[in-house]
Amino acid sequence: MPPLPDNPSPPSPPPLPWGAWAAIAALVLALSLAFAWVAGWIAPAGRLTASRLVDDIENGKPFPGFRRAHSRGVCVAGYFEPSAEAATLSRARVFRQPRTPVQGRLSIGGGDPFGPEAQARVRSLALSLRTDDGQEWRMAMNSFPFFAVATPAGFHAQLLASRPDPATGKPDPAKMAAFLERYPEAARFQAWAKSAPWSSSWANTGYNGVNAFRFIDAQGRSRFVRWWMQPQAPFQPLADTTRQQAEADYLQRELQARLARGPLRWDLVVTQAADDDPVDDPSQPWPDARPRYVAGTLVLERSEPQATGACRDVNYDPTVVPDGVALSDDPILAARAAAYSVSFNRRERETARGDIAMPAGAEGKEKQP
Amino acid sequence: MNRHDHFDGFARALHWGMAVLILAMLFVGAGMVASLSLRPMLIDLHRPLGIALLGLAVIRLLHRWRHPPPPLPVSLPRAQALAAKASHVALYAAMLAMPLLGWAMLSAGGYPVRMTPSFALPPILPPDPALYSLLRQAHGGVGYALFALILLHMAAALHHAWVRRDGVFEAMARGRSRTTGATDPEPEAPPPA
Repeated sequence: MPPLPDNPSPPSPPPLPWGAWAAIAALVLALSLAFAWVAGWIAPAGRLTASRLVDDIENGKPFPGFRRAHSRGVCVAGYFEPSAEAATLSRARVFRQPRTPVQGRLSIGGGDPFGPEAQARVRSLALSLRTDDGQEWRMAMNSFPFFAVATPAGFHAQLLASRPDPATGKPDPAKMAAFLERYPEAARFQAWAKSAPWSSSWANTGYNGVNAFRFIDAQGRSRFVRWWMQPQAPFQPLADTTRQQAEADYLQRELQARLARGPLRWDLVVTQAADDDPVDDPSQPWPDARPRYVAGTLVLERSEPQATGACRDVNYDPTVVPDGVALSDDPILAARAAAYSVSFNRRERETARGDIAMPAGAEGKEKQP
Repeated sequence: MNRHDHFDGFARALHWGMAVLILAMLFVGAGMVASLSLRPMLIDLHRPLGIALLGLAVIRLLHRWRHPPPPLPVSLPRAQALAAKASHVALYAAMLAMPLLGWAMLSAGGYPVRMTPSFALPPILPPDPALYSLLRQAHGGVGYALFALILLHMAAALHHAWVRRDGVFEAMARGRSRTTGATDPEPEAPPPA
């Protein structure tokens, strides 16, 4: 690289400054390449970016206008009331304000917005709580008690291994075996999926935060926690025959019937980690003996279809937390934020241009409202 | 003319400080959209830094208005002088637009515009999918354009420094110490590479 001129005032143009030109070109090229690498444009094939993960979730068959995962659901609304001891766990305003309005979404796992609700192994509850100080807490909870895998790479491997083989219509057992060998923690989740009892309603299902977070109290002390929404509605089993034969909107109808009789309630149960509990691995449940606190009650009073409801244009990103709640280093938590954002950007763009998927068999060109 | 052949210390500090911050912001922005692991950490940096850069850009424009920059050398061809002027207008426009687009985009997407764990800016638009997707694409598009402009600006500056050697680069790189004997107020001004 040529040195800077000692004195710029008397210009002495060199005959052919090829070195200077080369140095300028090299700098521009180096910065461009660094930017392209950071943006994931020239990433090696093995590097998983947020948009590549969502591409693989879509698997070439996205349902425009819908969330790329947990696509089928219904908007809900109500309020949250904290318990007396909640304020000792976290200084979050939601634990001090007598009542916080809540809007949210009940949904089922899977990417098909028209799939049969009763047959979904995974159900989920997403919430947005806005307090009077302008702070917001978003949660995205699932009926499974722990995540299947410890890392985004494991999630991606599971996604690929679970894809139906075009020949048989079912996942390739050899691929699934190879996945389980590489990510043995997923066996625990598969055992849960096989044996966990099926409940009859969104209302009598519990929803786990799964990822670890930190609660920070008024003195600035921090503790690692996980939480779950424990239903006050008693468990009722979903019979196998009902599950197989129910109408696709079984859970929505069931929910509406319950809401017509009165509000639905869940207790927010907070579990505090011991010092050596894993706080960066959502596939590992904490021992049952850990202290638990009831931090309040969630009350859902109303539901409306997601096509027109308030939950449609909300990204229930669980990393949106208020003062008094902070994130852990759980890699699945960070990956959820990244993937949900890609999904949100794609579906909002589709929604904006009126490109919204219709159920199979729906005729005509008219769009859903 | 001596009074006008260099940017003053405040202008140079703003220029080089913002240059580092804006480049960092562009890398943070591109990285947080792609990364599966760094998004929460990077976005917590991106939002307050973006609003800080909006404030700095306003201060810089006001300062530029009160203290006009030194003129380009008369030896510079007219087309190049015009290109310099146009690129500076575009740079200032992008510097102001990026944070405002980001703020508006988060508002239209229904996201809290969080600055610190306990402080968020108010929304400046109502939630709306059409507005959100338009602003989201504009924030990305203007961001890429700003990066390209910065590369162009850097290449042009180094062209002045290493090829033309006409003092244009030095007007921003250092103070007037060499011509007036005054002490250089910015001895640590970053070198060009």
